[in-house]
Amino acid sequence: MKPLLELRGVIHVYVGDQGANLAVEGLDLSISRGQFISLVGPSGCGKTTVLSLLAGLLLPAKGEVLIDGETIRRPSAKIGYMLQQDYLFPWRSILDNATIGLELSGRKTAEGIAYVRSLLHELGLGEAESRMPYELSGGMRQRVALARTLATEPEVLLLDEPFSSLDLQIKLQLEDLVWKTLRSLGKTAVLVTHDLAEAAAMSDTVIVLARNPGRILTRFDMPEEMRAALPTEARRHPSFQHMYDLIWEKLESGHGKGEGADEIDKA
Amino acid sequence: MGREKGRMKSTKHSDGYDDQGISREGDDADHSVHASPSSKSDQARLFTSNEDWMSALYRRHLARSRKTAWAVRSTQGLLLILFFGLWEAAGRNRWIDVLLFSYPSKLLDQLWRTLLDGSLLPHTGVTVMETAVGFVLGTLLGTAIAALLWWFPFVSRVSDPYLVVLNSMPKVALGPLFIVGFGPGLMAIVATTLSVTVIITTLSIYNRFREVDAGYVKVVRLFGGTRWQTFRHVILPDSFATIVATLKVNVGLAWVGVIVGEFLTSKSGLGYLIIYGFQVFNFTIVLSSLLVIAVVATVMYQIVAALEHRLTRRRRER
Repeated sequence: MKPLLELRGVIHVYVGDQGANLAVEGLDLSISRGQFISLVGPSGCGKTTVLSLLAGLLLPAKGEVLIDGETIRRPSAKIGYMLQQDYLFPWRSILDNATIGLELSGRKTAEGIAYVRSLLHELGLGEAESRMPYELSGGMRQRVALARTLATEPEVLLLDEPFSSLDLQIKLQLEDLVWKTLRSLGKTAVLVTHDLAEAAAMSDTVIVLARNPGRILTRFDMPEEMRAALPTEARRHPSFQHMYDLIWEKLESGHGKGEGADEIDKA
Repeated sequence: MGREKGRMKSTKHSDGYDDQGISREGDDADHSVHASPSSKSDQARLFTSNEDWMSALYRRHLARSRKTAWAVRSTQGLLLILFFGLWEAAGRNRWIDVLLFSYPSKLLDQLWRTLLDGSLLPHTGVTVMETAVGFVLGTLLGTAIAALLWWFPFVSRVSDPYLVVLNSMPKVALGPLFIVGFGPGLMAIVATTLSVTVIITTLSIYNRFREVDAGYVKVVRLFGGTRWQTFRHVILPDSFATIVATLKVNVGLAWVGVIVGEFLTSKSGLGYLIIYGFQVFNFTIVLSSLLVIAVVATVMYQIVAALEHRLTRRRRER
């Protein structure tokens, strides 16, 4: 099957007043439609850089980033991005926040609004649509952010540590909800996280990155049964701990190898 | 008393509403109040006695804050009466030079006469009009220039040292240039006023534009938003409160510009009256004009403050 997302020999360099910094090097990755991929790694391994490249926020210094065989040059409606914080506009109601993507791309039709309403309803926010963001809890706000991202019907969802600022219980609930929603809509997802358990529980494949420069160390495919289970159930699966340990070991070994322990983090 | 009860009730009601609306979603449910109905009557009794006790606490709090508010008001009133009373007494008993300092009843007499002969209101109207034009135009123009600087970072970097110099300068010193440039009259006065308000407005609003959280901008960029959309949907609404607050500051600044402008070149206005009174050595005119300025400026400031309150009410609830 033709991959939906592809990185081909991607190198990215950050150039600033301090000099040029190699952020990621020799990235080759293909993600097929409907897959859920996680990127894990130590800080400075270029996780967010990869996400920004996929989103079209950054252009690679060398190599190609493709969606459906087409080079990504700028952010597009095909790719949705969920940020670490919700960044709901405090001056807009929940519905107006969720429809901002449609508004910006000139697609705020009655149909589009109806779709967003149904999304909000499915995410348990049906009664909150006329409220203001400050009236909502952190978990609800992040759900609105999810609805906002899904509103433009992207094929791919990029998730940039979207659960990291939440309390554990809400985080687990939201993991299930996001997983279920993406699965039922058949979306492709790339999750960046520093939480190995979250990566193992949610994804089909976990990709471990190494740093200085950021590169792919290895990939782990989760067992079939864990893939099919909700994240909270996957966490209780017999092979969960084993997979977790494998990823952990790999991360540790990649961490110690070839670079000084006291090297500065280039986040 | 009745009103207090009502308020307590309505607070409770809205809490209950929140429970229904938010907690049912399952996030931060706090059901501790409704928990464990072991003995319902016990609970009810506890609840009513608690309510009595709490409303007593609330009443005591209200009584105390009313008392403080009254003390503040009466002290303020007393100071005012004392000031004008002393001034009046000092004037009538010739403790002070009446030619220079006049006294309140003379001021009121002057104001009353000029009000009746129809000369006071036109002067006041002209000054108020000039001030209003000055602070509204100053805020709009400053915001527009700030938008320009935001839009073209190159322009912003180039103009930075010039803005610093202009901002440090006492702008009213440019007054003579405006008179030469625009001719004596309204244009020169408005220009003087704008010179006072525009630069500081530009600087503070441009700074606010730059402080907008990059995350909001990123949201718009990720949806393929244009630069104009970023400005319209993020930069401007996020800075709205600052722009309105600047309007308020500009009311004060505009008065400086207008009065100085009228000092320099005018045949009407309260600033003109002050200079005229000074030239004919009639300080009753000078001081009564000052009195009018104090009243009118306060009213204008309060109107703009009320406007600010209205416009930002929804956002302040954050």
